Amino acid sequence: MAVSSAGIPQHWRTIKERYRLLGAHCERCGSNYFPPRNVCPRCRRRGKMAQVEFSGKGKVYSYTVVNASSKAFEQYMPYVVALVELDEGPRVLSQIVDCKPEEVKIGMEVEACFRKIFEQEDGGIISYGFKFRPSDGSWACRETGQRSS
Amino acid sequence: MKDLAWEAGVKAVEEAGISGKDIECIVFGNMSGGLFVGQEHVAALVADFLGLNSVPATRVEAACASGGAAFLQAYMAVASGMYDIVVAGGVEKMTDVGAGQATSILSGAMDYEWEAYFGATFPSVYALMARRYMHEHGLKPETLAKVAVKNHYHGSLNPLAHFRNRITEDEALSSPIVADPLRRYDCCPVSDGAACAILAPLEVARKYTDAPIRVRAVAQASDTLSLLGRGDLCTLRATVKAAGRAFEEANLGREEVDVVEVHDCFTIAELLALEDLGFCKKGEAWKLYDEGQTYVGGKLPVNTDGGLKAGGHAVGATGIKQVVEVVRQLRGEAENGRQVDGAEVGLTHNVGGTGATAVVAILSR
Repeated sequence: MAVSSAGIPQHWRTIKERYRLLGAHCERCGSNYFPPRNVCPRCRRRGKMAQVEFSGKGKVYSYTVVNASSKAFEQYMPYVVALVELDEGPRVLSQIVDCKPEEVKIGMEVEACFRKIFEQEDGGIISYGFKFRPSDGSWACRETGQRSS
Repeated sequence: MKDLAWEAGVKAVEEAGISGKDIECIVFGNMSGGLFVGQEHVAALVADFLGLNSVPATRVEAACASGGAAFLQAYMAVASGMYDIVVAGGVEKMTDVGAGQATSILSGAMDYEWEAYFGATFPSVYALMARRYMHEHGLKPETLAKVAVKNHYHGSLNPLAHFRNRITEDEALSSPIVADPLRRYDCCPVSDGAACAILAPLEVARKYTDAPIRVRAVAQASDTLSLLGRGDLCTLRATVKAAGRAFEEANLGREEVDVVEVHDCFTIAELLALEDLGFCKKGEAWKLYDEGQTYVGGKLPVNTDGGLKAGGHAVGATGIKQVVEVVRQLRGEAENGRQVDGAEVGLTHNVGGTGATAVVAILSR
């Protein structure tokens, strides 16, 4: 199902995790997971999973600048898609905003912020969730022209 | 879609010298007939259109590895002794939708909720791998370009290739960026296509031909659906696992392989594949390209039909298309000077998504 045509229940199902960056923590082996899992792949049935809210702090593990997207994201092009390694361990796929694409580097420190992800056409769903921005505060004191909603 | 499947099916049956009534089972790979052309229940449609409507027919889906996965299921159907003559096929009709819609449908092969939902496209997730590979192992854009140039050269020799034009390294390096560092010529096209192979026990096959091609091993492995859960972005663990099992089952060494068809959905994927299959060390695939060893005539000819890049990537058909090319090579039938001299052992490698599925098959004369 394309994001541009997905129905309401599918969006609502992940709102908590998407708004608050909730993942899973295995109380047996201590591993953290994002997205949340019902079963710890290391401990399987011996594991005990609990919900955990991540700090939203992390570093860019890898990144790319997207110049050809699906329709729902066309208005943001070119936009940065990155794998962010959270301080708690798991990696998250997210857009990097509030800086120029050429400023993004592997190892750059970033923090989660709450943003619009996309908007469906014809009065459809407006989806919100996390994106990441530089954690040095540079986004607060200048106009970058890359700020996406 | 049914015309494509019909054309490939009829050609395979004719070439095998069997008759339609000999076919006992059909297994067809197809990723998303539903979203590309609004048609599910693809295998039954194919059986019907081939005039074989009482033959059991099942569709197999593993994203871009649907064809490879169908090949494994067909192999198992024969190996189990349940059926003697089985069709392993694959089909995809992708160009009825626009580029944006195709991008969106293909992104269903990654994690929908936690990757595609946040704006990831297929080129972008392979770009994440390419960027990390550059960071960890060093990788020159020229090496990626060499992969595309070589595959277009091989494609130019293949009458069935999607692209038959040759390109230069400069053209590849100056083509528009799709997802940095990947450019247009780093990405395979959206294609229409179908492919079929006929499988049978060796003693049955010998009734139809003096020189059957033997399936020495087929192995499949899985990994996390998303890139999020992978430790190492520069390795497709499913490829490593499937290759390990396939070589063990075939009881062959890497050095005995004469021709290779790998899953080059993006140029970076071809480099990762050669390393993960064990043909070279991690981080050293570039050497094979600097030396030109992956061309027909080199030490390790790779994607002699143009691969996915130039040959085309009709996703559900690709795994079978690779088998067809290896069979051509092993029979010594490859046209236009792309025949690998004396090829005796060939390998196919088909990947689904970003490496959540990998299927490796080894065939020999």
